[in-house]
This record gives sequence, structure tokens and C-alpha cells, in this order.
Amino acid sequence: MEINVEFGGGAELLFDNKKVHDVLLPHKEKEWILGDLLVWLKDNLLKERPELFLQDESVRPGILVLDTVNYVIKPNDRIIFISTLHGG
Amino acid sequence: MPKQDFEDLKLEIKRLREELHQKEEFLRERQYKKLQGKNVYNDQFTTEEIVRYSRQMIMPNINPHGQIALKNSKILIVGVGGLGCPAALYLASAGVGEITLIDYDEVELTNLHRQILHSESDIDIPKVESAYNSLKRINSHIKVIPLRLHANSLTIKDIITKNKYHVIVDGSDNVATRYLLNDVCVMNDIPLVSGSALQMEGQLTVYHYQGGPCYRCLFPVPPPPHAVTSCGDGGVLGAVPGTIGVLQALETIKILTNSSGVLSGRLLLFDGTNTTFRNVKLRERNLKCDVCGENPTVKTLIDYELFCGSSSHDKVINIDILKCNEQIDIIDFSTILKDNVVLDVRPKIEYQMCNLPNTVNIPFTEIEKDDVFEKLNKLFKNKLADGIKNVYVLCRRGNDSQRAVSCLKKKFSESPIIFYNVKGGLHAYSKFVDTSFPRY
Ligand SMILES: [Zn+2]
Repeated sequence: MEINVEFGGGAELLFDNKKVHDVLLPHKEKEWILGDLLVWLKDNLLKERPELFLQDESVRPGILVLDTVNYVIKPNDRIIFISTLHGG
Repeated sequence: MPKQDFEDLKLEIKRLREELHQKEEFLRERQYKKLQGKNVYNDQFTTEEIVRYSRQMIMPNINPHGQIALKNSKILIVGVGGLGCPAALYLASAGVGEITLIDYDEVELTNLHRQILHSESDIDIPKVESAYNSLKRINSHIKVIPLRLHANSLTIKDIITKNKYHVIVDGSDNVATRYLLNDVCVMNDIPLVSGSALQMEGQLTVYHYQGGPCYRCLFPVPPPPHAVTSCGDGGVLGAVPGTIGVLQALETIKILTNSSGVLSGRLLLFDGTNTTFRNVKLRERNLKCDVCGENPTVKTLIDYELFCGSSSHDKVINIDILKCNEQIDIIDFSTILKDNVVLDVRPKIEYQMCNLPNTVNIPFTEIEKDDVFEKLNKLFKNKLADGIKNVYVLCRRGNDSQRAVSCLKKKFSESPIIFYNVKGGLHAYSKFVDTSFPRY
């Protein structure tokens, strides 16, 4: 299943400093939920400092999640991870 | 020029500026006297006000009622920096009747590329004072109240109990102040116009507005302190907070004039690299939210620095992880700089911006990499052949260089090389050795 993953607000720094990633998720028996994707991203796409992305099986505080980890991913979904900014 | 002469000159300039200001006022009063009093054509505004605000007042969106609402409004802007300056500028120009400014900092040279209310002659004076002067020059009809203080639970509580603000504009630069302002706004039922910016990106939303979510609804737990980047470390292009600050003014004006379309329950993401604006729908107000939920657990202001585990400013906190004999004082370092190996561990771009002669740039983030190890190994071998075994590690403020020394010591534990941290880094160099080295 092909999806589009996007990082912003500095979260891209953990992913090779690239904001947009075309991702091909391998086929599996059960449907892909957001929680699965988090783990998959950690194992396959994350380049450094995993503790700045995942904590206790969810994204760390300060990264915005607008859906629950149970969200079922559909082909061609665009999933965006936004780290909050604090500078002024 | 001796120090006393500088001080005398500064005082003289200040006096002349005040004199100039008085003369300008005097001229204005004489010239426009007839326009500034009551008139028989409108009982709310002076002739000058009508002409001044006409371009916005003739639109249905504002109209005379909206302009009266702006005139009768009191707002609080926290932080007179990259966001607060453009926000205050447009709010003052639009005729918001009373604007209170809070900031503890003084104007620095590194502020001028984005904090557009401050100018070269304002360096070292409080930001609120500089902003006050700029805003009053632009609009003398409104009231501007400069408060030079650090926003924390005590100071904010004091100000809030004495005043009724219609909107608070968050132009702060740290997580603790963002939670503080959120809680203040929820507890006192004030909309919070929140903006932030870093590097080429900006974010904007309005919290606690007409049943919409608050900051805590979305972020119940503060981020780990080491995951937060400041403008001083990550950098920021002035036009980016400029864009967000101007939009904060726009949202504030819409709230004050009771307009529709306020950015509540939505988050605007601005990416300056490709000039995209994206609106994401936020989750609704969380009924279990600690502060705005149905059974709130946070009912009075707390200690936000403790809650966030980080301080309520964006200054760097210095570390001290090495022993005395692993460090060298900056003055001693300056005398041996020529004949030794000096590693500058700042990012490559910062090294390109300015560097000491005869230094080698090995960015701290790359220090663990294999090819870097090989490169250093070769360098150290050559130096050892020349009888040099001391290696001095340098960075911007002397923190990353300490971490680099710890790391290099482990990597080269087999080697006779001895690593030293240059205490205080290039900041200390600029301060105590050569002030012409740029302190940024
Ligand atoms: Zn809330």
C-alpha cells in the first residue's frame, strides 16, 4: 500500500531532514492502523534519536496527533507529523 | 574613547531626542489642532481619526462599529520580539485603544533582523521601551503601556486581576510561557492568539475562543526540553515570524470586532521554503482537559518552569560535565592557539560564518561517524609525530565542546592524545580576548 508521509516543525530532522516521503507499506494480514505505522516508521525511516519521535508506543509530547493510534490507514493517505514550534 | 564619554554622549542623544519629540508634538498640535477636537460630523471620533482609519472603516468587515470596538479594546502582548513586534505594529496602526506590552529583555544586535520595532539606536535599552517609542510615533492616539517584567505566574496574575483584557497575544519564545498564557486565558475567559516561528516555518491558531480547544487540549504534556529548539540555536528568517505576527494582528482584530472566520479549532501551518499555507482541523475541546475540561485539575496558576522542566526564556543553560584538569581558560588558550590542534565542533555553516585561524571544523553531530574518526586519527598521528599531543576543543558557548571532549576521550582512549575543553567557547573569546570576534 502506497501512502504519503510528511514531517514538519522540525520533526523532519529525525528523518534525514526530508519533509515528504513516499512510503510503500508491505502487505500484511490485518489492516494497517496508525499505531503500526509509528512502529514501522521508527524501524524503517527514522534516522536518529528515536526517543524524540516515539514514547510509550505513541508519538512524543509536542508532536501533534489529530487521530487516534487506531485510525485505519487507507491507500494514498497523506499522514502529517507536525512538531510544535515555540520560538518567537 | 573613554567609557565616561560614551555615557555622556548617550545621555546627550537621549536629551536631544526628547527635545525633538517635544518640538514635533508642539508642531503637530498647532498644525492639526482643528482636526483633533470634537466635531459635529461624528460624535465618536475626531476628524483626524476618521481620516486616518477611513481605509479600513469603509469596509463592511470593520465599519464604524468595528472601529469603535477597536478603540475601546484593551489587549496584552507578551513578548516584543519577532512575533510581538509586527503584531503590535499592525494593532497600533489599526487603532486598538490600549496595548500593554510585556518583555523583560533588552534589545540586542541579533534581534534587529526580525524585531522591527527596534532600531540600531535602541541597543541595550528595554524592548518594551523601544517598542513604546516606535508605536507612539506611528499612532499617538492610542495608549501603549510598556511593562518591563518577566512573565510568570505571579506577575501575570497581578496584571490580570488589575485589568480586563479582551485578547492576549502570545509572542513568547518558550514552552513554559505558552502553558502559562494558556491557563491564564482559560481561567479568565480570554481568547489567546498564539503564534510561533522557527527557521522557515510558522504556526498560528486561536485558543479558548467560543468553545474551541485550548493549548492543553492538544498538548496535555509538555515536550521533552531537549526536543525544543530556540531561534538562537536553530535560526529564523525574519520574514517568517513577520508573516505570523501580522496574522496574529489580523486574528486579534477579527476577535475584537466580533467578526466571523476566526482561526479557532484550526491550526495554520506556514512553510516559507515553498510558501505554502495549510490549515489543519484540530480536535474539539477535550472535555477531560486539565484546565478547560469539565472537571479541571488545574484551577490556579502553577509553577510552569517546574511543569515543563525548562525555564521560561530561550537562553542557553550552561553545563559543567568535565573535571578542572580537562579544561583550559580562554586567556591561556589564546596564547597557545597558534601551535596546537584546535577542533571547532560547531555546525559547518556557523564555522563558515566566522572562525579562528588554524582550527579544524568537526561538527559535533558528526563526531561519532566512522569517516570522521579516520580523519581525526590521521590528523592526530601526524601531530604526534611532531611532538604535539594536546587537542583543544572549541564551540560557540563551551557546552557542545564539553560533550565532544567526553566523546573523543572514549573514542581515542588508546591514543596518547589529551583532549581539553576551551571554557566558555567563542563567546568567552569574544568577551575576554578579542571583541572583534562576532558574538552571535
Ligand atoms: Zn483545554
